[in-house]
Formats: sequence, C-alpha cells, structure tokens
Amino acid sequence: MLYSEKVMDHFTHPRNVGTMENPDGVGEVGNAKCGDIMRIYLKIDHDTISDVKFETFGCGSAIASSSMATEMIKGKPLPEALALTNKAVAEALDGLPAHKMHCSVLAEEAIKAAIQNYYEKNGIAYDADQFPDCGSCTHCASCDSEGN
Amino acid sequence: MKVYADNAATTKMSRKSIEAMLPYMEKEYGNPSSLYRLGQQAAEALDEARETVARYLNCTPAEITFTSGGSESDNQAILSAAVIGERKGRKHIISTAFEHHAVLHMLEKLEKQGFEVTLLDVHENGIISAEQVEKAIRPETCLVTVMYANNEIGTIQPIEQIGKVCRSHGVIFHTDAVQAAGHIPIDVQKENIDMLSLSAHKFHGPKGIGALYVKKGIPLTSLIEGGAQERGKRAGTENVPAIMGMAAAFEDICTRMDGNSRKISKLRDQLIDGLLTIPHSILNGDRDKRLPGNVNICFEGIEGESLLLLLDEKGISASSGSACTSGSLDPSHVLLAIGRPHEIAHGSLRLSICETNTEEEIRYLIREVPKVVEYLRSLSPVWRDLQEGKKDYVIQ
Repeated sequence: MLYSEKVMDHFTHPRNVGTMENPDGVGEVGNAKCGDIMRIYLKIDHDTISDVKFETFGCGSAIASSSMATEMIKGKPLPEALALTNKAVAEALDGLPAHKMHCSVLAEEAIKAAIQNYYEKNGIAYDADQFPDCGSCTHCASCDSEGN
Repeated sequence: MKVYADNAATTKMSRKSIEAMLPYMEKEYGNPSSLYRLGQQAAEALDEARETVARYLNCTPAEITFTSGGSESDNQAILSAAVIGERKGRKHIISTAFEHHAVLHMLEKLEKQGFEVTLLDVHENGIISAEQVEKAIRPETCLVTVMYANNEIGTIQPIEQIGKVCRSHGVIFHTDAVQAAGHIPIDVQKENIDMLSLSAHKFHGPKGIGALYVKKGIPLTSLIEGGAQERGKRAGTENVPAIMGMAAAFEDICTRMDGNSRKISKLRDQLIDGLLTIPHSILNGDRDKRLPGNVNICFEGIEGESLLLLLDEKGISASSGSACTSGSLDPSHVLLAIGRPHEIAHGSLRLSICETNTEEEIRYLIREVPKVVEYLRSLSPVWRDLQEGKKDYVIQ
C-alpha cells in the first residue's frame, strides 16, 4: 500500500476539519496550481491554542498531514506549536512516502502562517526567523509567478 | 461492491486468452528456433498467431513483429523512421502534444540527436485535424506519429484522413493504437497506416506482449540485438505463450466488436450523463468521437488522488490525471494540452469500462462518485472560496 494505516485513518476520518467563526489567526499555504492548499484556523486563549480547524485541497497525505498536525497542536502553548516540525508530523503518521514529504512541510508551514497572522493582527512582536519565507520557497518550483 | 473501472490502464485477461496460453507453458514449450518437432510446433503456433493478428488489422503476417508491448512498439517504430529519415537528410518529425510518453520521450531523445519535432496543438475537444498535419509537413519531414485514440480522454483521431495526407506527401505515418486496438475497427490499408503499435493487455490479453505492424518495404531498426528472431528485427526467444494469449484475445474481442461497442457506449453515456449532474463538472474530450469505454471528467475544487483513494475505499478502481498520481508536480499533459488549467486538471477522474461492467455497477458509480466529490469539496478551501464568491468558477 502507498500509505500507512495511520495516514489512511487520518485521511478517511480527518480530525478538526472545518472552518471557524472569528478565528484569532488564519494561515494558508500552497497553491491550487500545484495541487495542494492548506488553510488553518486558530482560536488562541492566553497564548495557548484552544481550538484549531483546517481545510485542505490536496492528496490523501496532504489531508492526513493537516489532520495529524492539528491534533498535535490542539491545547498546546504557542511556543510548542511553533516548534512542531514536518518530520514530527510525518513520524506521527508512521511515515510518508518520500515524494509526499512536502505535504508534512505544508502542514508545518500552515500552522506557522496562522500563528504569524495572529501575532500580526494583535501587534505582538515576534522573531521573523521562526517563520517560513514563502518568497524563497522552492517547493512549488514548477509554478509560475502567480504562485506563492 | 467491487467495480473495476480502469480498463484503459489494464484489463482482466479473458478465459480464452488464458486457455490459449496454457498449452504453450505445459506441453508445447519448445523454442520456435529449434529444429525438432517440439520446437517446430511452437514455430507453427507463432505463424498462426501472426496470421490472426494480421487478419484483424488487414495486413499480411510478414508485416507483424511481436514486441514486449506498446512502449517497445512505439520506440521501435519511431526510431526506425528516424533512421530512414536521417539517411535521406530528413530530420523533421510531426506529432501531437498529447501522445503517450512512450512516443513523447522517444521524440525528446531524438531532438537531442538533432531531429526537429513539431508537436501539433490539440483542440479543446481533444482531436487534431488532417489539415493541421498537412500544414506542418515539410520536405524534410520523415515521420508523422499520431495516436489512434488518446489513453486519458479517449478521443479518436481522424486517422484515415491523416493517413491520406501522409501518403500523398510520401511521409511515413505511425499510429499508437494501444487504446484503440480491439475496441474500434482498424484497417491499416484503408487508412494508409505505415506503422501501428498495439498492446495485448489493453484487450484482455497478457501483459508484456504487443505487436508492431510495419508496412512491407519499410526497414525496421532493432532495439535488441541478438538472434535472428522476428526476421532479425527483434532478438530474443519469442514469448510463445504470451503471443498465443494475445492472438486469442485479439480474435475474441475483434469478432465481438460491434456488439461490445454498442453495449459499452450505452453504459459510458449513462455514466457521463450521471456524473455531469455534479455541479461544476466538465467532460474532457469530444462527447461522440471517443472510445466506447472512456469517461473522463474534471470536478472543480478537489484533487484527484484523494478522490481515487476514497473511491478505492468504496471498492472502485479508477484513475486520475492529478500531479500526485502522475508522480510529478504537474498534472496530466493531456489535460493541459486540451486547455484545462492546472487547478482543474488536478481534479480529474478517468473511468474506463469494458463489456463485463454491468448496469448495476454503473448505477453504483453514479451513486457513489458524487458523494465522494461532495465530501472532498466540504474539506476544500478552494471550494469554500468559490462558494463564497471570493473566486470565480472555472467550470460553470
């Protein structure tokens, strides 16, 4: 099989799917041209992620990665959520095929983008180095300038 | 319910094909090149198989070379025409943007060796015209290679007209008929085809076997050097069981073509009508000039791999042209060639049916596919933006 049982479980029964009224932070990464977009909504109370929702357009591993990543940050303080790596997401899914690792990267980046959005909306100072620089991202090398 | 709807990928072997193979594995296992009886019986069987394949293409047995399948046939046909062209200083080849990779990658290789390749644009309906071919022909053109029917969107090309144009300009005409052979009538003489590739596993024969028809007088260049099998044009001991299986499968499907075609087209049309009731969906390829079993539809707002995985959960085997299923970052070159934007091409579904698919199965597909599409749209930020009017629908 292409995917582990864990991936299939999170793909066929994704956790935290949906949208959110008045989210404190929203992050979106990816590009429809490349075939995957992830959007993460966060509710933040006292620097802790009290609720998280996601929407994903993409393949099975993209949906499973979003589902797993949202589970891993729910209820966690922001610094902990910011420390989540794509590798940790992939490991929690019992691995992803090599050519699907970028799906876990998207999950990590979507969370970071949502937290960055929260900081910016609330005028909270943050260390820009902690966040991905989409301008220099080479993941979507095949996309033209309309891309991210 | 289990529904196998990926017959353009491969087919289940027919009983007749399997039974035709067994004797050549168990009893008549001789090498056709051996002079004793066991070998000669195998050689005679090969002759019969060659006659059978030739009969249903309307050529002579000597014009049939057995190969390992469609890719080898395509490679050998193109290389042979290139060798002939190079000898005459004609190094221009015409093909189309939506050929199979067995053709396109061979052409890319020849480009690196100094050949010039013109890939004709494909219209939105997935069909090219003989006029396009004629306009592209130059004095130095050595080959026109145009597929008989497209493997993804099933569109049937005007092969007879293209053959006529090529013949009148003295250009070799090759057609990759891997999807067409056994499914729609082919007559290499009437259609002025000089070279034609076919593959057994697309018509209920075994995998790893195919044929290349080459009109008498056109010299083939070998891809495999060795013994004198296939008149020295394809070395290696012949795969007698597979060749027997191919001939039996081809005869079986060709003799039942009319009835099959009527039955399968009817199911195909039901399926197309049923699936196009899904909002913001569009059929890829001409509605009428398409293979009897091919359905290919794009659904806006979703991605094909996740669609296939969820259909698999429901027992449905299908295919998609999304990047994730093609193993590259780009979606299907065929869907891009007919003008579908990337984000739409990612959401494609190909269902390819055959005579063993039932009306009940078609009803199951019409019931289950919309549910999966709807579910994936409910997860999709792209779909949300479309629904909320933040973006415009590409498919109305």
